[in-house]
Amino acid sequence: MLRDEDRIFTNLYGFESPFLDGAKARGDWSGTKEILDLGRDKIIDLVKESGLRGRGGAGFSTGMKWSFMPKTSNGPVYLVVNADEGEPGTCKDREIMRHDPHKLIEGCLIAGFAIGATATYIYIRGEFYYEAANVQRAIDEAYASGLIGKNACGSGFDHDVYLHLGAGAYICGEETALIESIEGKKGQPRNKPPFPAMAGLYSRPTTVNNVESIAVVPTILRRGASWFANLGRPKNSGTKLFCVSGHVNQPATVEEEMGIPLKELIEKHCGGVRGGWDNLLAIIPGGSSVPLLPKEICDTVLMDFDSLREVRSGLGTAAVIVMDKSTDIVKAIARLSKFYMHESCGQCTPCREGTGWMWRVMERLVKGQAHVEEIDMLLDVTKQVEGHTICALGDAAAWPIQGLMRHFRPEVERRILEYRTRADRGARVAAE
Amino acid sequence: MPKLTIDGVEIEVAPGTSVLQACEQLGIEVPRFCYHERLSVPANCRMCLVEVERMPKPAASCALPVGEGMVVKTNTPNVHKARKGVMEFLLINHPLDCPICDQGGECDLQDQAVSYGYDRGRFEENKRTVSDKYMGPLIKTYMTRCIQCTRCIRFVDEIAGVPALGGLARGEHLEITPALEAGVNSEMSGNLVDVCPVGALTSKPYSFNARPWELRKTESIDVMDAVGSNIRIDARGGEVLRVLPRLNEDVNEEWISDKTRYAIDGLKRQRLDRPYVRGADGKLKPATWAEAFAAIKAKVDGVAGSKIAGVAGDLVDVESTVALKDLLNALGSQNLDCRQDGASFDASNRAGYIFNTGIAGIENADVVLLIGTNPRWEAPLVNSRIRKTYLTGKLKKVAVIGQNIDLTYPTEWLGNSGSVLTDLANGTHAFAETLRNAKNPLIILGAGALRRGDGPAVQAAARKLAEAVGAVREDWNGFNVLHLAAGRVGALDAGFLPGAGGRDLGGILSGAQKGEIEVVYLLGADEIEGDRFGKAFVIYQGHHGDRGAHRADVILPGAAYTEKNATYVNTEGRVQQARLATFPLGEAREDWKVLRALSAELGQTLPYDTLGQLRQRMVALNPVFGALDRLVPAAWGPFGTEGAVADAHFTSPVENFYMTDPISRASQTMADCTEAFLKPALAAAAAE
Amino acid sequence: MSAAHSHGPAVAEPTSFEFTVENIELAKRIIAKYPEGRQQSAVMPLLDLAQRQCGGWLPKVAIDYVAHYLDIAPIRALEVASFYTMYNLKPVGKHFVQVCTTTPCWLRGSDEVLHACEKKLGIKPGQTTADGQFTVIEVECLGACVNAPMMQIGDDFYEDLTAETTEKILDALARGEKPATGPQNGRIRACPSGGPTTLTESAIKAGVKPAGQA
Repeated sequence: MLRDEDRIFTNLYGFESPFLDGAKARGDWSGTKEILDLGRDKIIDLVKESGLRGRGGAGFSTGMKWSFMPKTSNGPVYLVVNADEGEPGTCKDREIMRHDPHKLIEGCLIAGFAIGATATYIYIRGEFYYEAANVQRAIDEAYASGLIGKNACGSGFDHDVYLHLGAGAYICGEETALIESIEGKKGQPRNKPPFPAMAGLYSRPTTVNNVESIAVVPTILRRGASWFANLGRPKNSGTKLFCVSGHVNQPATVEEEMGIPLKELIEKHCGGVRGGWDNLLAIIPGGSSVPLLPKEICDTVLMDFDSLREVRSGLGTAAVIVMDKSTDIVKAIARLSKFYMHESCGQCTPCREGTGWMWRVMERLVKGQAHVEEIDMLLDVTKQVEGHTICALGDAAAWPIQGLMRHFRPEVERRILEYRTRADRGARVAAE
Repeated sequence: MPKLTIDGVEIEVAPGTSVLQACEQLGIEVPRFCYHERLSVPANCRMCLVEVERMPKPAASCALPVGEGMVVKTNTPNVHKARKGVMEFLLINHPLDCPICDQGGECDLQDQAVSYGYDRGRFEENKRTVSDKYMGPLIKTYMTRCIQCTRCIRFVDEIAGVPALGGLARGEHLEITPALEAGVNSEMSGNLVDVCPVGALTSKPYSFNARPWELRKTESIDVMDAVGSNIRIDARGGEVLRVLPRLNEDVNEEWISDKTRYAIDGLKRQRLDRPYVRGADGKLKPATWAEAFAAIKAKVDGVAGSKIAGVAGDLVDVESTVALKDLLNALGSQNLDCRQDGASFDASNRAGYIFNTGIAGIENADVVLLIGTNPRWEAPLVNSRIRKTYLTGKLKKVAVIGQNIDLTYPTEWLGNSGSVLTDLANGTHAFAETLRNAKNPLIILGAGALRRGDGPAVQAAARKLAEAVGAVREDWNGFNVLHLAAGRVGALDAGFLPGAGGRDLGGILSGAQKGEIEVVYLLGADEIEGDRFGKAFVIYQGHHGDRGAHRADVILPGAAYTEKNATYVNTEGRVQQARLATFPLGEAREDWKVLRALSAELGQTLPYDTLGQLRQRMVALNPVFGALDRLVPAAWGPFGTEGAVADAHFTSPVENFYMTDPISRASQTMADCTEAFLKPALAAAAAE
Repeated sequence: MSAAHSHGPAVAEPTSFEFTVENIELAKRIIAKYPEGRQQSAVMPLLDLAQRQCGGWLPKVAIDYVAHYLDIAPIRALEVASFYTMYNLKPVGKHFVQVCTTTPCWLRGSDEVLHACEKKLGIKPGQTTADGQFTVIEVECLGACVNAPMMQIGDDFYEDLTAETTEKILDALARGEKPATGPQNGRIRACPSGGPTTLTESAIKAGVKPAGQA
């Protein structure tokens, strides 16, 4: 288990003040100028060395992403922080924003410096009213103390940090939809290319990073890239906030080492599965979009990008949704299908039309009111959506269903047969 | 120049070309719904997916720029499967009501379904229905058919320049919705019917009128303004059912104005289908051609040529103009004018009365000055060119002398007084500097600026300005006159103007009042109040019972523009030929034939028996008539009469875009548009 | 029972709207966050301001006002208002109850929470009580999954709910009280309910018993 001294988010539960006094006591904003003095290239190299992979779901190397930004630019360059946390199961950034906002803001300054950004926009989902209030207060404190703004931390570097609130759209968690949203438009993802590093916010070079990715950067640079790299497993380094929800005795958000066994995560921190480990049915290990895993896999799987990919799922946002044997697994996934239908922006044909179709078939499968062949048809429909849309929402809608059928197809078939038997019996009774 | 391989064929294309465009260059067809080459590229329909080596997922070819060494495949099983998938998604909620859909037979979705549709449906759920939206008198909606390609939103935003449509809600509830209850208030809205790839937006006046395969299609030229839009006239039997744009990059690209498209129901109302002669009781009575000609002969015989006059109207073709000129000259008359609006300007130099830059040439301008014109209403396609150029960023500034109105792009209003032009021409106005600093300054003099009493002085001042700011050079002529009337430039080119010692329109009208003009021949001239002809004997030749016919003593029924093979010269000086799509109504005849027959009756037989001979006569009269479909640059030279420009305000002559000529005035559809779009705006303006 | 309206409370569509003096000030500060000429960026926060000023919903006149205020086409503002779920295009009750029913909440009993709302208020999701006090709707994930099931009322999250605590909250609101927000089962925020398994030192400093300590 990760030792407390190796934890980054030391105010995860808000035992201390989230604001500047508390933050400074926790070590935030110490030696920030010296970090900036390392220079852009060095900072990017160190972040690459640390092995930090994006905490928003895709797991792309953060340092690498920063290195795509143009080295020189005439005019504004932006860092955009994706705080539109909305993937069902996920509530980690919320804890950072309400309890450790200065980690995020210091991260904005350092990351902004590393990519040559003139300003940061933090895009917080609109429902996080109080979280946004805490971040805003922390921003105000940082300005008042000269930590950001003109000559931030006495570094000679100017950097503004602004807050922008969303208004209810999961799709804005997609980086280009988020950019559109900041521009005051509907959150419809853009075609790539051009990528945001070339033409992002206001058509200027832009990097979009998840809250957690940015908030861990100051600590990594203070404690050293190798410290972070030595935690976790190779290529899956560092610590990670895990949100464990669903059928555990004590749902919680906790910071752990990457690569922690799923079972250990649940048993150590969440009081175990309701009714005991053997009562486990399945787990969605990385937020609603990744395929679920049946108990046999959960028994041994490690919680990191590559281990979960090996079992055809993903770490995603490290939001662990636990389902015990009482769960109507078909209904649980059908509810996710409804979510994706509700959150489809509507621009691409496969997602706009496919999410609704998939949900409607899933609703029938919950009752068994379908033909067995429709399972394959549904899978075919998921394949027609997957990979054919501008953004990954189409994929996210397809994967849970594919995961369900991969591991629980017999259950779905059983319901269909049961429904048919009931219907046949009904018909016989009616005929008699 | 990047080189790439598509389906095994190597091709080199210009940088920035999309993969879809590169495919087209190779003749490889890529299905698409949202992509439209004149609109921005949202890549949302996902129909144009192709496989690209080293790309993990199929790519939308419309939005993918070509890259050096790219290897593209458009005909693999995966591509076909992906497109079939998209097709299926488009169809699951699309009503399969093709048999009763006006788009049927010319529907992209229907066509692509042949190539990419499954032979049976797998969708067992209820289909979605979407409530229809009111888009005004021109566009009929059937929104359940909508495939959310957003072409319509992009068209109104980008081309029409009116943010009249939006996509509301999201996901499967995404609905195209008009911004205003009144509908889509744009002079270009009818093009929505063409850009919509399915039957969601169809033509309201044409609805349920015909199936496309029943129609006889005739390629022709529009006369609703002086742009000379290239059109296709679709007719069944003797009835023109619709007008569609024909591609001409130099003129109208692929758009037409709403008047061009929708005024055609005016061809069925108030038509003159037989001759009339005013009886002793003062009433017009139906007559035979022989009786009508006899009545004319009885009046004209013995009248001195100097007492006879002719006025050519706005929709006249060159053939009949030349025939009338020849006839009047033969009768000894030099009293000819084709400027029925009373404009006076110097027509001795062609460069002084045409749109020298050319419509497509607008795209090279960086500063534009509009004088006394509202191009949005006078020539919507000239206006959309200006807007297009503004959107590219090349056009930095548009300034206006005249009414300060929304032209769909930002303008700087310099004022409306004639003195602004004087100051500019004298170089004392600050904007003269802007024009001077421009690379390609462009000046557009509206027809309204020339119909003032000081027309020649306005013309001269504009010429002086153009010369002073370097708008006239070897490689650029930025001096332009924007005419309103389709027949005007042709008539000017034909010299339908006062001959030596002859009277102009003002002279004709005052002569008529004083009894010095005894016979007036109105060739489709409908814009002059009848009482201004005094006691003169008025012959009206034309196709509508409009103002001219009401005053006439003899009416000779002619052909409308859809009913004759005829030549028109647009405001650029482009000579184009319209073609007969339906025959003239009843006893009406093509206009030059009427004049040829009358000339024989009057003993002055015109020396041409066929259209070919007449066209030879035209070319002999002015060689420009021989240069079909292309622009012949006009030699620059002095024109206009230097003098004081009055302080009077410059205004556009067009008060109602929808009704500007006998055809559109007879159109119920245009009346509906006036009611829907113009009346509320006038009421709002009056309230302010 | 005729207590419910399916289309929100009977609030007349206002015929005019303009920002209060205070909101004009706020609007100016919001617009200043964005580069010059990018004032369209302020459309979402300004629609939110307008909605708060209008009592929780956005009449058409307010959307048009915001569009004109920002010099953008009204249809662009309407598109935004219709795209994002937090804008209510129809009137809502004073207490706008949003019950999350997405899978993580559903697994932990969001059905009971929703039923408790229905039972207590006598309305179905999407409806408003006759007195205009409460509107209940079902919403998608609100990002508090480790504190499931939860609901948001106005700006406030109520977490770790049961049918009983849900009813208690609604009762308190009906009485005009302001019930405590956050977890309703006594736990501390996203910390395991049995006490923190990590950060023990700071927990003890804050007077919180770590897990496993008696």
